[in-house]
Amino acid sequence: MTMMNSEIKLKCHKIIGGYGEGEALVSNEPVCFYLTEPKTGIVREKNHELAGKSLAGKVLVFPSGKASSVVQIDGLFKLAQNNVAPKALIVKDVETVLVVSAFIVKVPLVDKLEKDPFEVVHTGDFVKVDAEKGIVTVTRSSL
Amino acid sequence: MHLTREEERILQGEFGEGTQKAMELLVAIGDAYNAEKMIPISRAHAASSGQEGDLYFVELLANGGARCKVPTSTNPVYDIEYFDELFEIPKDEADVARRVMEAYKRVGAILSWSCIPYMAENIPFYGETVAFSESSATPYVNSVIGARTNREAAQSALAAGVISKTPEYGLHFKENRKGTHLISVEASLKDEFDYTLLGYCVGKQIGYGIPVLTGISKRPSTEDLINFCAMSNVSGAISMFHISGFTVEASTVEEAFQGDVSKDRITVSEHELKQAYDELQTTSGKIDFVMLGCPHYTLRQLEETARLLNGKKIHDGVSFWVCTSATTKVLAERNGYVSTIEKAGGHVVVDTCIDEPCWIAYKRKVGMTDSPKCAYYRRFKEARVERLRDCVEAAVKGR
Repeated sequence: MTMMNSEIKLKCHKIIGGYGEGEALVSNEPVCFYLTEPKTGIVREKNHELAGKSLAGKVLVFPSGKASSVVQIDGLFKLAQNNVAPKALIVKDVETVLVVSAFIVKVPLVDKLEKDPFEVVHTGDFVKVDAEKGIVTVTRSSL
Repeated sequence: MHLTREEERILQGEFGEGTQKAMELLVAIGDAYNAEKMIPISRAHAASSGQEGDLYFVELLANGGARCKVPTSTNPVYDIEYFDELFEIPKDEADVARRVMEAYKRVGAILSWSCIPYMAENIPFYGETVAFSESSATPYVNSVIGARTNREAAQSALAAGVISKTPEYGLHFKENRKGTHLISVEASLKDEFDYTLLGYCVGKQIGYGIPVLTGISKRPSTEDLINFCAMSNVSGAISMFHISGFTVEASTVEEAFQGDVSKDRITVSEHELKQAYDELQTTSGKIDFVMLGCPHYTLRQLEETARLLNGKKIHDGVSFWVCTSATTKVLAERNGYVSTIEKAGGHVVVDTCIDEPCWIAYKRKVGMTDSPKCAYYRRFKEARVERLRDCVEAAVKGR
């Protein structure tokens, strides 16, 4: 059997520049960075679809942020200090607090992918986010 | 986003690294909202928090030589020496708070340490474009004063204060300020605690949007409006609201909706207020302390607290705290309210908020407050949420 890799390149809109790559983690629910374990990046919000999963090193695909500006910004900041922040953020509805959060920890943040990210990207895909060039590359390995 | 030549030069770092970082953040926000240009602001309020994300950004700007170009006030932190003497603040926490306050001073902010700066230290006027963070201040200046601000984070507001500009989007445009939900108030609102419950109900019902309240016949007081703003942002995210007949952009329901009146109507009656009240109680047990002043108490509320405590003695087993701004305390001292509260055994404390790490001693205690926002922060174990006069009575009786 041979390993097939399918690769898709998608245009996106840069909000915070830079480059980040990693395994995709898709959340259909809004994410609050404060409700994660600061040392490990594991989501500890009860009943959240990502509960028990770690954000560390991932490319996070999510609809929006949530919670007050102070907790959201401080939450992502603590993850970054412990080196367990996501490597890049792909978001659908962006707001000021999320921009500030990503700016402070220097994690690339993009939106407006040319295709719906929730259809194109699956948890486990390998994703490269080149925010400077405005390109997201999604690689899915299948047997 | 189109940048002027001067804005480009700031972004290139020609005026120092601090202003460059501030501009980078504003441009990123402008990109996020597809803003076409930057517009001038004439004041800002940075919701400083004394936490690490806050420290990082204000030091980035201050160390890079940035200075606020327009009046930029600050939210509560805490008086380190005062609280260290009372509760022994861990050294690393105290260091963060000390550095935050010092950096805001270096960046040229107004050291108001108040969550209601629109009352005294930094007052916007009608139609003025500003950048006000603090979830309770944003709706107040938008709705009550009629100034124009988006929902800012501490950092975006500070950056706007440094550059004296903000990207133009959202609530800067008149058409985005129209109502989205019609709320019919059928409860009688007797005092500011009823507005507390109303705010909590409305935030919970609609989550996000611009509610238009009808059915209110008596002019709301300053404190009613402050409480509505604060509590609707505990249960929801309300950056603007209208009260038909009273707030500045809502002489009528039609004006509040800019002609496009919502067909759906949400009713809030006594029943919903009672439900909110019940939901807020996490215990009915004995209290260890009373915490008032979230948001910071006004002079009128300090007067009422003093009147209720006059000649009484707070029970030995209960600590009694009232948080307010430094400017309000000066007047309250002059009027004799502070000495009356202190004679009864209470404390009037400035520059701080229940959400600061200085209240470390209350982590495992039971508190009573008139503010769901105060209870929400979970800086203490259990909470009872009651009217001011019931808080005072419980403090005196010790239960």
